[in-house]
Amino acid sequence: MNECRQMPRSETPPTARWKQDGGGVVLELSGAWHHDGPAAVIDGDASDQAPESYETAKLEGFDSTLPAFLLAHLRGVGKTPAADAGEDQQPSLEGLPPDLRGLMDLALAVPEESDARGKTRAPSELGKLGKISIKVWEKIIGFAEFTGLSVLALGRFFTGRARFRRSDFWMIVQECGPQALPIVTLISFLIGVILAFVGNVQLASFGASLFVADLVGVAMVREMGVVMTGIIMSGRTGAAFAAHLGSMKANEEIDALKTFGFNPFDFLVLPRLLALIVMMPLLTIYANFVGILGGMLVGVAVGIPPVLYWNQTLVAVTLTTASLGVFKSFFFGAAIAMSGCMQGMNAGNSSAAVGQATTRAVVASITAVIVLDSAFAAIFTVLGI
Amino acid sequence: MPKPSENSAPAAKISVRDLTMAYGSFVVMRDLNFEVAEKDIFVIMGGSGCGKSTLLRHLIGLREPAKGTILYEGEDFTATDPDQRGDFIRRFGVMYQSGALWSSLTLAENIALPIEENTQLAPKAVRDLVSYKLSLVGLSGYEDYYPADISGGMNKRAGIARAMALDPEILFLDEPGAGLDPLSSRRLDDLILRLRDSLGSTVVIVTHELASIFAIANNSIFLDTATRTQGAVGNPVELRDHSENPAVRLFLRRGEE
Repeated sequence: MNECRQMPRSETPPTARWKQDGGGVVLELSGAWHHDGPAAVIDGDASDQAPESYETAKLEGFDSTLPAFLLAHLRGVGKTPAADAGEDQQPSLEGLPPDLRGLMDLALAVPEESDARGKTRAPSELGKLGKISIKVWEKIIGFAEFTGLSVLALGRFFTGRARFRRSDFWMIVQECGPQALPIVTLISFLIGVILAFVGNVQLASFGASLFVADLVGVAMVREMGVVMTGIIMSGRTGAAFAAHLGSMKANEEIDALKTFGFNPFDFLVLPRLLALIVMMPLLTIYANFVGILGGMLVGVAVGIPPVLYWNQTLVAVTLTTASLGVFKSFFFGAAIAMSGCMQGMNAGNSSAAVGQATTRAVVASITAVIVLDSAFAAIFTVLGI
Repeated sequence: MPKPSENSAPAAKISVRDLTMAYGSFVVMRDLNFEVAEKDIFVIMGGSGCGKSTLLRHLIGLREPAKGTILYEGEDFTATDPDQRGDFIRRFGVMYQSGALWSSLTLAENIALPIEENTQLAPKAVRDLVSYKLSLVGLSGYEDYYPADISGGMNKRAGIARAMALDPEILFLDEPGAGLDPLSSRRLDDLILRLRDSLGSTVVIVTHELASIFAIANNSIFLDTATRTQGAVGNPVELRDHSENPAVRLFLRRGEE
C-alpha cells in the first residue's frame, strides 16, 4: 500500500456501496482510499445499518481514511462496544482483508479507561452564572489566603524561622534592582522631560517658567517616579516571577521542594517579596532624581540657569513630599511581588498555563499599582498632607 | 518525490554511513554504519546516556552530523539544505519522549492540525480520522481533553496517535514504552506490529525495554558507551545468543551470562 501511495495514480475513486444480499447487509468497498485522493462516494439505501459482511475484491488500496470511515460509520449506527457495554457484541468484520481487520480490531477494542470517564454535560445559563460566581469567590478567597500567607512568612522571616537560600535572595535582588536601572533611567528621564515641556508651555504664558522646577519636582517625587517604576517592575519583574514559578510548578519542582520538607512559600515567595520591598524604594529614589535631571535639561534649554532650577526644586520639594513617594513604593513592591508569585504558584501544569499566569500577573500588578496609588491619594488628601 | 538512481539495487529505507555525532568537540558516537530495510522494526538500544535519542535526532534532522551521511532510499538527507527537507520530513512521524503534545490544543486538535495543514480532507473526514487514530491507541472519547488533564501514559499514547496522523512511511518513536504499565506496553507493541503489517510503515524505536525489543524488533543497533561506537547490528534475538561482543550479550541478558 505504501508503494501505491508514491506512484502517480490513475485509480478509481473510493466507493462504499451497501447491498442487500440474501437478507444480510453487505458493504462493498472499492477504489483507492487515500487522504490525498478524492472524497469517498457513498451509495446504497442501507447506509444506516451496520454491515454483516464486507466485499473488498475491488479494493485497490487504502490508508487510514478507510478504517476511519468504517469506524465512524459503526459508531454512527451504535455498533461499537462502548455503546452497548456489558454485552460483548462486536460488529462483524467478515470479509475484510486481514490487515484492515487487524486495525479495526484494535480500534474497536474497549479503551481501558472507558469507565473512568465522566460524561460532562454543557451547563445551562444559570449554571454558568453559578460557576462564574464560585470562581470569583474562589479568587477572592485565594487572594486573601495568599496575602495572609505572605504576612505569616514575613513574620517567620523577622523572627528568624524562615528557611530560604541567601544566595537566591541576592540573585533576585540583582535581577530586580541593578539590572532594572537602564530601563528605569530611560523612562524616568523621558517622563521628566515630558512634564517640563508640557508645564513650560503653560507657565511661560504667565512668564512663570521658573515654576517648571516646582511642577517637575513635585510631580516626579510624589506620583510619577513611583508609579512609573511600579509599572516598569510589573512588566519586568512581576512577569518574570510568574513565569519562573509557573514553569517550576509545571515541572513538579515545587512538589519536589515540598517532599524535601521545604516550605515553598518561604523558599520561593519570601525572597522575591523581600527583594522587591527593598529594591522598589531605592529604584524610586533613583527615578525621582533622574526625572528631575530630565526636567532640568528642558529648563536649561528654555533659559533657566541650572543652579537656579536646582534651588527652586529644593524649595518646592519638601521632605514630606519626597517621603510620600518612597512610602508608597514599599507597598507597590509588595503588591507586584505578590501578584507575580501568586499567579506563578497557582499556574496550571502546562506551558500554555505558564503564559496565562504571566499575563494575569502583569495585569494584576499594574492594576494593583494604580488602585493603591488612588487609595493613597484619597488618604493623603483627607489627612491634608 | 524524486526516485533514487535507476540502475542501483533497491536502496534501503534508511542508510547511515560513517556517522559521527558530537556536541561541539565532545564526540557522542563515531563511525555508525547501519541500514534499515523497508517494513523493518528497527530498535536503537544501549545504556542510559549513550546517545540513543541523539541518534534519533540526527535521523530526523534536528541535529546535523559532525561527519558522515544519512540516506533515505538512496537520497542524501544530510547533504540537503535543512530548509529544503520538506519532502523527507513529510514521510516521517515522530513521537517524542514525553509526548510533546501542544498544550494549548485538545487531543483532537493536536492530531487534526497536521492533517488539516497537509491534506484537503473535508472537516467530517478529518474528525473521523482523528477519532480513529485515538481509538487505535485506546483513547477514544478523550478528543476534547487537554494534554495537562490526562496522565503521562495517555499523553504518550496520544503522542503516538499524532505521529501517525499522516500515515507516515517511517515512524520514529522515542522510548514509547517507558512509563506505561506492562499491559499498555504490550498493547503498544501489538499496535506497532499491526501498523507495520497493514500500512507498511518502517518503524525506528529508541528503547531499552528488553521484552519489547524481543517481541517486535527484527533488526537493531547497540550503541556501546565504553567504545563510543556501535557494539553490534542485527536481529536482537541472534545478538543475544550469538553476538561476539560481550557488552551486547550482557545488555540483552540483563547482565546474566
